Amino acid sequence: MTARQLRFVAALLGVALALTACAPEDQGASGSAATAADACAKDKLQLTTKGKLTIGTDKPAYEPWFSDDDPANGKGYESAVAYAVAEKLGFSRQEVAWTVAPFNTVIQPGPKKFDFDVNQVSITEERRRAVDFSSGYYVVSQAVIALKDSPIAGATSVAQLKDAKLGAAVGTTSYRAIVDQVKPSKQPAVFDNNDVAKAALRNGQLDGLVLDLPTAFYVTAAEIPDAKIVGQFPAAGANPEQFGLVLEKGSPLTACVSKAVDALRSGGDLKSLQDRWLSDSVGAPVLS
Amino acid sequence: MRSARSPAKPAGEDDYVPSARQRERERIRRRTATRSALIAAASTVVLGTIIWVVVTRSPGWPRVQESFFDWGYAKRSFPSILAGLWLNIRVMLVCEVVILAFGLVVAGCRTLRGPVFFPLRLLAAAYTDLFRGLPLILVILLLGLGVPGLRLRGLPDSIVFYGGAALVLTYSAYVAEVFRAGIDSVHPSQRAAARSLGLSSGQAMRYVVLPQAVRRVVPPLLNDLVSLQKDSGLISVLGAIDAVRAAGIETATSFNFTPFVVAGALFVLLTIPLARFTDWLGRRTERRRGLGGAV
Repeated sequence: MTARQLRFVAALLGVALALTACAPEDQGASGSAATAADACAKDKLQLTTKGKLTIGTDKPAYEPWFSDDDPANGKGYESAVAYAVAEKLGFSRQEVAWTVAPFNTVIQPGPKKFDFDVNQVSITEERRRAVDFSSGYYVVSQAVIALKDSPIAGATSVAQLKDAKLGAAVGTTSYRAIVDQVKPSKQPAVFDNNDVAKAALRNGQLDGLVLDLPTAFYVTAAEIPDAKIVGQFPAAGANPEQFGLVLEKGSPLTACVSKAVDALRSGGDLKSLQDRWLSDSVGAPVLS
Repeated sequence: MRSARSPAKPAGEDDYVPSARQRERERIRRRTATRSALIAAASTVVLGTIIWVVVTRSPGWPRVQESFFDWGYAKRSFPSILAGLWLNIRVMLVCEVVILAFGLVVAGCRTLRGPVFFPLRLLAAAYTDLFRGLPLILVILLLGLGVPGLRLRGLPDSIVFYGGAALVLTYSAYVAEVFRAGIDSVHPSQRAAARSLGLSSGQAMRYVVLPQAVRRVVPPLLNDLVSLQKDSGLISVLGAIDAVRAAGIETATSFNFTPFVVAGALFVLLTIPLARFTDWLGRRTERRRGLGGAV
């Protein structure tokens, strides 16, 4: 080897050493379950930002889960639940910081920039392999909406949706409801978000759009008055689908956040927040 | 080498014996080549090992490996991603043909001479300026949601049609500029010579300028083709399920990113034959030039 080549190899080794040295140590999120009663005390929590409870959600934040695209105003069901959880953990409203967390940053491996994320994420066992979920804060069902002149506007059973052109947003369990329950004859359309999907529905490019029921109520009431809720899907499995707060896999906070959600449920707070922010789901017929 | 070959040859036909100096030269060349190969191999192995060690010893590697390189998820998502890729391929093939034709027409308009063609030149220039400037995603949304939103009768309602139309509009603007660069690169003397032989302006373009121009721009055109292959997936914003969207659906179900890696690998596999084809085309052109280069 010439001197120049030797220098090149030496430089490579140097870079490698530097990289190894720079590699951050894994913080090793210790998944030790909170056994002691005071493990969830405010000063014991391992937070992303010291002294602040950082909560993530995507932008735009959709109604009726949030209001006016501003999660920090405490309006809308998820914003209200987030503040209620924060209060149970001992944080005042001023000690809550919101951060924008797009879907992919919520599900990616590695450290998160939020303590928990609230964004209508359904709990499934499969997803649990990648992230932690709190216990569920809302039992959700999926509903199909259609323009009033759509061929499926009068459908009363899931079977009648089979030949319709249906759509859903990517990353939703609404899409799974189409594929698993309707088993459509036409390939469903899948959109980046509900905004594009709603435009396609309004254009008549879709016969029906599948959404979670509260969103379906909001869209048909406030955004597309020409549309109606055709019906909600019957529950797919033995366990009802639930929305949960998302935490980093193995986060030390999971047990504490779950405890707070459980306390809110047993105390009736979740029920009263639902009554306040979400439409009554009894109003939507269940498809047979 | 020679001694192994010589018995098969009839005696007397190959009586060339390299001089001692030539043999020495060959020996040194062989030794240098072997040494270079060894050093190259060692250097590659060292660099590869360093990268491997740094990546796999990093603290987050097990988690990254689990979420991006999981064989089970790869296998499970493969059929739907492949079905999505078939849409990419169909869109790409159909659009590419239209783009090449339309781009050539626009380039032709831009290179027309004479004051009478001014409006055509202006139109072509305005078109390329506009559609090279507009983000593709906006064109897709405008066409795919805006035009059906007019609710006119007789318009096609297929989202793939509108997505494809947006791709054609945008890419034709790029391709037209590539063609124009090719046309401009043909030396004016070629055209002058053609005209002096009695060819009309159109004939000079058709038989002299374009054949040379198109050959020169084949590599950049294939570049655009590869780019189109990936951008064809952008029509998924209208709801169509292409390879990347299919991967996105799988990822949302499992929160595992392996399907995206699968889709990426498939796209690369699709690109490699194209690249080899370009190389082959270039070599063929080179060869033909060499054969016909007696003048």
